[in-house]
Amino acid sequence: MSLAKIFSISGSALQAQAKRLNAVASNLANADTVAAPGQEPYRARQVLFRTEPVQGGVAGAPGVAVSEVIEDSAPPRRVYDPKHPHADAEGYVSMSNVNVVEEMVNMISASRSYQNNVEVLNTAKNLLAKTLNLGS
Amino acid sequence: MIDGIDKAMNFQANALILRAQRQQVLASNIANADTPGYQAADIDFAAALERATAAAPGTGAGPARTAPTHLAPISAAIVEPRPASATGALDGNSVDMDAERVHFADNALRYEAALRFLNGKIRTLLSAIQG
Repeated sequence: MSLAKIFSISGSALQAQAKRLNAVASNLANADTVAAPGQEPYRARQVLFRTEPVQGGVAGAPGVAVSEVIEDSAPPRRVYDPKHPHADAEGYVSMSNVNVVEEMVNMISASRSYQNNVEVLNTAKNLLAKTLNLGS
Repeated sequence: MIDGIDKAMNFQANALILRAQRQQVLASNIANADTPGYQAADIDFAAALERATAAAPGTGAGPARTAPTHLAPISAAIVEPRPASATGALDGNSVDMDAERVHFADNALRYEAALRFLNGKIRTLLSAIQG
């Protein structure tokens, strides 16, 4: 039943996009996190996607899986704030390397992709329901 | 007699199965819209239907191989990469979301059409049987 496999394909995409949204939420929440001197500041997490074959599906119609979550290697943001309790000897504080604009774009892209896949699921569901009524 | 009934419905049944398979491929394209390096794929429906109906009855797009000793069915649907479109994505992804959504909606409608034709066939046969 090919149509039922769409549930697996779009379902895997929903999961992957939800993980991406999760990473965005975590990054935005920690956008202004300050690290104490000697501690590693928060690094933005990025979710990597890869294709994953669906069992029993048409060959060449894979789903999506999260292959890994990587940490952004960009240097931490350094802000001059000598009054801050976490300021180092030169008066700088190390903040996370989250790029807020990038994360907002990421969030919109992930939510649009999520919506697209929900609509695909709905269409497949409707077609299956109509197929069940075949011959009646 | 049974063979005649089977033949009457074979064409639309094959079309229905192939539409479902194409729907799956298109769903996969939409699902992988953000996967780096993914190449959009599609099924040449007309060629696949021709192959399925040319095959001997019962060996078309239908039967599943549940054991390795079964004869291989004639593979009707060949999934091939879609001709490259100019999306220009730097990550090597060739999914054009607008085009995929159009193909998906179009294929869903044609699936419903095949379903309706098949339903009509069944109703005709039923009224012939019941009088």
